[in-house]
Amino acid sequence: METNHKHPEKKEFNITVYTENQIGLLNRIAIIFTRRKINIDSLNTSPSEIEGIHRFNIVIDETEDVVRKLARQIEKQVEVLKVYYNTNDDIIWQEMALYKVPTEAIAEKASVERLLREHGARAVVIRKDYTVFETTGHREETDTLIEVLQPYGLIEFVRSARVAIIKDSEGFNQKLREFEQREPGEEVIENEYLNKRDKVFTM
Amino acid sequence: MNTLELQKEEASTQPEQAQTMTGSQAVIECLLAEGTDTIFGYPGGAIMPIYDALYDYRDKVNHILVRHEQGGIHAGQGYARTSGKVGVVFATSGPGATNLVTGLADAQIDSTPVVCITGQVFAHLLGTDAFQETDVINITTPVTKWNYQVTDACEIPEAIAKAFYIARSGRPGPVLIDITKNAQVQKFNYKGYTPCNHIRSYRPKPNVREEYIERAAELINAAKKPFVLFGQGVILGGAEAEFKAFVEKSGIPSAWTVLGAGALPTGHPLNVGMLGMHGNYGPNVLTNECDVLIAVGMRFDDRVTGRLDKYARQAQVIHLDIDPAEIDKNVQTTVPVWGDCKETLPLLTRLVEKKEHPEWLQKFRDYEQQEIEAVIRKELHPQTGEMTMGEVIDKLNKLTKGDAVIVTDVGQHQMVACRYAKFNQTRSNVTSGGLGTMGFALPAAIGAKFGAPNRTVVAVIGDGGFQMTLQELGTIMQTGIDVKILILNNHFLGMVRQWQELFNDRRYSFVDIESPDFVALAKAYKIDGNSISDRKDLEAALQTMLNHQGSYLLEVTVTKENNVFPMVPQGCSVSEIRLK
Repeated sequence: METNHKHPEKKEFNITVYTENQIGLLNRIAIIFTRRKINIDSLNTSPSEIEGIHRFNIVIDETEDVVRKLARQIEKQVEVLKVYYNTNDDIIWQEMALYKVPTEAIAEKASVERLLREHGARAVVIRKDYTVFETTGHREETDTLIEVLQPYGLIEFVRSARVAIIKDSEGFNQKLREFEQREPGEEVIENEYLNKRDKVFTM
Repeated sequence: MNTLELQKEEASTQPEQAQTMTGSQAVIECLLAEGTDTIFGYPGGAIMPIYDALYDYRDKVNHILVRHEQGGIHAGQGYARTSGKVGVVFATSGPGATNLVTGLADAQIDSTPVVCITGQVFAHLLGTDAFQETDVINITTPVTKWNYQVTDACEIPEAIAKAFYIARSGRPGPVLIDITKNAQVQKFNYKGYTPCNHIRSYRPKPNVREEYIERAAELINAAKKPFVLFGQGVILGGAEAEFKAFVEKSGIPSAWTVLGAGALPTGHPLNVGMLGMHGNYGPNVLTNECDVLIAVGMRFDDRVTGRLDKYARQAQVIHLDIDPAEIDKNVQTTVPVWGDCKETLPLLTRLVEKKEHPEWLQKFRDYEQQEIEAVIRKELHPQTGEMTMGEVIDKLNKLTKGDAVIVTDVGQHQMVACRYAKFNQTRSNVTSGGLGTMGFALPAAIGAKFGAPNRTVVAVIGDGGFQMTLQELGTIMQTGIDVKILILNNHFLGMVRQWQELFNDRRYSFVDIESPDFVALAKAYKIDGNSISDRKDLEAALQTMLNHQGSYLLEVTVTKENNVFPMVPQGCSVSEIRLK
């Protein structure tokens, strides 16, 4: 039996949760982490590819063993349809960041413009007093630009939660049909997690 | 048939179709449609419309007025535990609802099906700090399987249908429905009650995968020293007969968790006793000697496993559970059998070979003999000195012949009662296992009796726990319910004192508790009673209690500084269990 105790070190995991759209569910999911004193590094809720089905993207830094148990606890919630967890290698992900800097600094110091180009940032708003830039990318990229802009009087910075697409996911449409088709009492059996319970958890 | 007759016909065959009624009336109609016969509750401002509707249904449903909402929910739990049905509890908003929280937490950790309906302030007042407004949904989220706030009467039938379905299906648990006052008074078109039996995002149980049953059977058939651990899952799944058949065919010694007690009669030859911190000697020691461990409907609680990294490391583990989150949670499983044990056990029984394990079973009996000599004999049959808790339970066994429902509170008396009580049948042991809620027993016993009116219900309670919820004597007085209250009084908060003796150098910090005159107190509530401290009076006093028509309180003064043994000290392995 394969176990995960070989690699107990913490790393970044991306938890994807498909849910019904229900008031209070965010709290129900959040307390699964807070009860265990686990910090959520990033949390995004959004619609999914299916109308009425919501998708949470949650990022935490933990061991796989802990993440697997968390995933099971989340999936146990009545309004949660399905939970996946992935390492950063398994997903395509992006975070967006906004930077407000004094326009003066941009206008006077040509180097800023060059730096922004190098970091793929674009201007969203240009006013006399300030300019807002936007960039999208991985954490290191948006972090680097903070450091770069700091000397030029960075006024405000904000970064969005992470959004992520699972590389080998076929989406949720087919799964949802199975959930719906299933007559009470004849629940099929995915039960597939028993075969690969260290990989994907699913009910 | 003319048109008029046709209309009449329709009216008589579908009387429930599209009636206009208030949300409150619909609440009661839905509960009746679910088969609710008993409600434990306490009225208040925000639930008054529901109580007003209830007034018209007094002959259809029995509402028990408790003395505190915590008593209400513990009674609901007791009812659910003995009857197997869903306990129903009413409470008002604010303090009424917050008083439910302990019971919800208890029901959540002990998987007890309870539906609580709380009143809430008018929807337009939500978030305004209105009188008796609390954020009940968020307060109860961590301690409910599901909860939902209704702000429109039209939601009521579906919300209640879902509540019952969720509470009792899969791994059962508590559900809370919070109904704003406007929804209670709102008139709407009630189209009748449709029970819920499917929610697309909710899988109460999976279909069984036979290959895992096969792998489990292979392990069992090859085992030389197999050992079964069973928990409340057997009872919740109604799988007692299936479990017995499995154990008898496979011939495997079987031990139980506190909540599993009675799933297999305590007198069964393959029942080798109780697991855990104060469990029996053999089951604890031999957990670390068995080669295949078969866990059925139990969750490897820390009080059962002791130190996890020294727990059954030598064994291959088969875990039968309905809740996938339990598999591998505490103990890594070799073969997970995810499913309802009522379905999985017969499949497993079919594949296991008929066997006996006389030598292995004898090992349990040998350890039992050691335990009898070191602990049990002097606990159950002391010749001199003050009475022990064990001898009271032993005497009770002889008089009830193991047929009573024993409801226990939390502490030394609970461990003693669970260790020594005899249970011939299932749904006989009602106790607060996971949460360890002192004050549970008295209200739970009231509910237990309503849930099993034909059985004798004995509440065994310590002097500390009794004083936490003794106001429920008022409920007993008013309903005339027949509950036997057996207070084992050691004039201490005994379990904490025991720990202070063993681990804190006898620094008895605030465990010396004074009690009122319990018999006089009972008398004030028109409940007869007696208090004894002499061994020679014990049997007659217990017999009087059991024979008494109606409730009765018997206080037995027991020795002050007795310890419950065996004991697996915290942080130790189960095989390091101490006999003294």
